[in-house]
Amino acid sequence: MRPAGVAIAGAAESDLGQVAPGLTPTDLMAQASLRALEDCGLGLADVDGLYAASTQLPWASLNLGEALGIRTARTFDSTQVGGGSPLAHLAHARAAIERGDCEVALIAYGSTQRSVGRDKASVQEVSEWEAPYRPMLPMTAYALAASRHMHEFGTTPEQLAAVAVSAREWASSNERAWTYGKGPLTVADVLAAPRLCDPLGVKDCCLLTDGGGALVVTGAERARTLRQPPVHLLGAGEASTHRHLSSMPSLVETAAVQSGARAFAQARLTVADVTGVQLYDAFTITPILFLEDLGFCAKGDGGPFVASGAIAPGGSLPVNTNGGGLAYQHPGMYGLLLLVEAVRQIRSGAHDVVLGHGNGGVFSGQNTVILGSAATV
Amino acid sequence: MESPARTFAGHASRGELAYQVDAAGLPLWPPQVRGAGWRVSDGLGTVHATTTIRRAGEDPYDLSLVDLDEGVRLMSRIVGIAPDAVRVGMRVRLAWDGEVPVFVEDLAQGARAPSPGAPSPGSDGL
Repeated sequence: MRPAGVAIAGAAESDLGQVAPGLTPTDLMAQASLRALEDCGLGLADVDGLYAASTQLPWASLNLGEALGIRTARTFDSTQVGGGSPLAHLAHARAAIERGDCEVALIAYGSTQRSVGRDKASVQEVSEWEAPYRPMLPMTAYALAASRHMHEFGTTPEQLAAVAVSAREWASSNERAWTYGKGPLTVADVLAAPRLCDPLGVKDCCLLTDGGGALVVTGAERARTLRQPPVHLLGAGEASTHRHLSSMPSLVETAAVQSGARAFAQARLTVADVTGVQLYDAFTITPILFLEDLGFCAKGDGGPFVASGAIAPGGSLPVNTNGGGLAYQHPGMYGLLLLVEAVRQIRSGAHDVVLGHGNGGVFSGQNTVILGSAATV
Repeated sequence: MESPARTFAGHASRGELAYQVDAAGLPLWPPQVRGAGWRVSDGLGTVHATTTIRRAGEDPYDLSLVDLDEGVRLMSRIVGIAPDAVRVGMRVRLAWDGEVPVFVEDLAQGARAPSPGAPSPGSDGL
């Protein structure tokens, strides 16, 4: 028997894409939070744990509480580990609930990166040992990793492009996707797009949108009494090896190896049990590395695996079924939207076990969660 | 405590590419507080990964990670050749752009690869 654990009881997104003028990241967090609470039938008075991070809001969890008028929070956490932060928050909220530090945790995210521009929205510390060489971060880091993967394993630009093509195919049936209605994308289109950091071009990069989301997390017993079927957190693993790319131990193996192994061990499951996957896809190289590091294909085989159509609609492993950061939405950090899509996959009845993997910085923070339907507990 | 960056800069002002080792003698990069001592590199290395950066309105430029033979991996730039002619595995030699370390292709030993059994940085607990 697994411990009772926690479950995602409510999930929602804020306005997405290009939001109305004047809206702030806090506004979007608050909108998504109200929707997520409505989704599960809880109210603001039930919330006693606050979790949020945004590059635009260093004090994110306090802003979240203020915006919602919550003065009863007993624990709050603005952990910032980049795009995967909401997955870290989910693991931290589980610990707090199991410790008794809170009963109902609200995890929220909001960004107006498209409206205000990336330079304003995504301020980060810069290494003085990298700055003189003028990297275009984070893209340059991912380009370097891709160049090494190509050197070691023969991965090709066409295989990288297959990730973007697959994402667009998924988005073509998702009306909420930024690229919905923009028609198909071909490998040739991706390769013909302007190069930014070889081997990556414009179409190898995630979108730049506004948006946000929120999750309501509570103990599994309480979640069963609420409006929606609970989505159980079966396992969560965190791992980190560096902050800046020049300190990454291996450019072709991420700490997803460790975070994934920890999540699977907790869940007492293996990759064979996973039928749906949500992977952070900031650039086309990232899902290739995560598919390898999480065990969905062998190290070095990620290129041929994605080029085979395995991750596209109709393939053997549905990956980023909303279109992902490449074709759905990417509001600065994508982790929360990835979790919302995982919840949707399980609620739809199509999947009992979905793996979500978040990435932060330049392969810096790795966070894996394994979510399951009621049938898995 | 002296700033590790200042110590590095002192060496750089004399044309020396300095790096630290930890208590076990393993090389460290970048300069950091836990360093147990300083060494000066011979300035020879191999391109570990490379990209050409293309910013609007500018000439493209190289950015590479270089593995020094002493076991340090640092971000740098290969100069003196077209950026898209830089290759992973290329042997390079230290040059300076002011007090910023950059590298040039080392034609003299271009055919010489690092010894086959040598551990790569990162595989040995860096």
